[in-house]
Amino acid sequence: MTPLLLSSYTATTCLGRGLAATLDGLREGRSGLKPCAFETVTLATWIGEVVAVDAEKLPKNLARFDCRNNRLVQLGLETDGFADSVRQAVARYGKSRVGVFLGTSTAGILQTELAYRRCDPQSGALPDDFIYRTTHNSFSLADFTREYFGLEGPAMAVSTACSSSAKVFAAAARQLACGTIDAAVVGGVDTLCLTTLYGFASLQLTSSEPCRPYDAARNGISVGEGAAFALLERLPPKVPDGAVLLLGSGESSDAYHMSSPHPEGLGARLAMEAALRAAGLQAGQIDYINLHGTATPANDAAEGKAVAGLFGDRVPCSSTKGATGHTLGAAGAVETVICALALTHDLLPGSPGTQTLDPSIPLNYQLVSRSGKLRHALSNSFGFGGSNCSLVLGRAQ
Amino acid sequence: MTSNPLSAWIEGIGFLAPGLDDWAATQAVLRGEAAYAAAPSVLPAPSILPPAERRRASRVVKLTLAIGLEAAQQAGVDVATLATVFSASGADGHNCHALCEQLAGDDRQISPTRFHNSVHNAAAGYWGIATRAMAPCQVLCAYDASFGAGLLDALAQVVVDQQPTLLIAYDSEYPEPLHSKRDTPDCAGVGLLLSPQKTPRSLARITVAGSPDVAIKMPDPDLEKLRTAIPALRSLPLLEMLARGEFGVVCLDYLPPMQLAVDLQPC
Repeated sequence: MTPLLLSSYTATTCLGRGLAATLDGLREGRSGLKPCAFETVTLATWIGEVVAVDAEKLPKNLARFDCRNNRLVQLGLETDGFADSVRQAVARYGKSRVGVFLGTSTAGILQTELAYRRCDPQSGALPDDFIYRTTHNSFSLADFTREYFGLEGPAMAVSTACSSSAKVFAAAARQLACGTIDAAVVGGVDTLCLTTLYGFASLQLTSSEPCRPYDAARNGISVGEGAAFALLERLPPKVPDGAVLLLGSGESSDAYHMSSPHPEGLGARLAMEAALRAAGLQAGQIDYINLHGTATPANDAAEGKAVAGLFGDRVPCSSTKGATGHTLGAAGAVETVICALALTHDLLPGSPGTQTLDPSIPLNYQLVSRSGKLRHALSNSFGFGGSNCSLVLGRAQ
Repeated sequence: MTSNPLSAWIEGIGFLAPGLDDWAATQAVLRGEAAYAAAPSVLPAPSILPPAERRRASRVVKLTLAIGLEAAQQAGVDVATLATVFSASGADGHNCHALCEQLAGDDRQISPTRFHNSVHNAAAGYWGIATRAMAPCQVLCAYDASFGAGLLDALAQVVVDQQPTLLIAYDSEYPEPLHSKRDTPDCAGVGLLLSPQKTPRSLARITVAGSPDVAIKMPDPDLEKLRTAIPALRSLPLLEMLARGEFGVVCLDYLPPMQLAVDLQPC
């Protein structure tokens, strides 16, 4: 594919709000996870909760969008000057030439979960103040973002569970290649809710401790929440040194099981190969891999096989979910931004929580953050339904 | 500016809606050869699934398999090789209701199957398992604009990746109490097999661009009701042209003020 510029980007998770806090957290090997005390949830698990989401007030004219998920959308947009960069792009290209491509797994379903507790005891009706379209619906975050910036171009939400906000980069790149748009707001936002917390617990996929990706004793995920965005544009005639570029994307399907990965990581391997092909790179040219690494026994074993099969044990790699938790539909965008930080700050992120590496997975796994020169990074995101997406990012020089 | 028009050959069509059981029946109605008779959507048992799975399949799984397989069969392509774009205004409404109801009560130990069926890409996941297709599979939502969003991404995949892509745009109903908040009446959807190359089976060439025009309505009041009630059926004016073998430009609803000008040309 033709490389694209990430002209602005930002991420907010339990590790911190914005790039500086995220970078500090990664360098220090900090984890933002804490024991679950979310809403009325009574589960013995750890979560990655973003601070002060509910203090966020939406503009009056967009009050119908008010819910935890859209509050986190706004909080994320108004971080690192990202919203200003979008407004400048709108001024440059026009409001119909900037597209919106956002990933989510559950959008604002928490709003519906809470509304169901307030159903009319006689009629069973949901309360009048509950609005499905602008909170629960998977498109609500893209709709909100489009209205927030007064955009009139194409918009879509990608909802393929935990690969959602990696796939938005591919979808936006296609529209840029076809000339439908000149810039794209891409990203992902997912927020804590009862469906995912009780759901992953029902599958026995949540850990009762902070998650330990690629650890021999790993026993499940820590559900997190997050918002991460990037502004994608075509390359300017002179690309600034150090700029972060999207070089390739690869998508595939496991065609195997709804909630378990292909045991040999076949779909994962297809996605990584396709991303390398799109970037015109060989496996040997990748300097860091941000693994999906959810810390479930099955995910890390399958992904580990796929990565080892394609890259051997040379490439430094890690999962950063011990720091941020698994931000589900936001994970692809969050970890793309982490790759951007790694590329621009010569950082190989470590893996907080991981103590003893699984000896059956032969990878060059980074337990502790260290500095190192990077030119190209690959990010993996895999989801329920066997949905896989890998992205290749690079630093211009 | 790059200009790489969103264009493809239409190779096959699948369709299912209330009172319209498949594309053949729909074609007859859209040509004016048969009268439209309102009736609940009939979802066929998916023969591609083993008998046990067939009985367990949810309404959205039956719907998407029906329209996807119909379009692929008409095009004469092997579904195992196909990239797909699923686009739906919502996920499985009945499953969603059951989860929300249980999570509002005291016993929150939900069923793991209910949980993995709650993802927006559940139907796409079952499609992959049933067809063994390991190609890219996109799953989109744009509320009432979901058909347009799906069409944009499917065409872009055809143009950029130069591979046949199956668009499956579909919707289903929520039970009460959500139904009062989102009143999609029934299951319906359309499958379009789009190809970068013209083949002997090509039906027409489709080219899509953004447009500020007003979307066209269906002249028949019953069909217009379907067009506005079910997001995937915003495609009906395009399907009417295909059914009648007519060509030209038709404007479809997307995200006002951005609509889609769809140009249909003969092979």
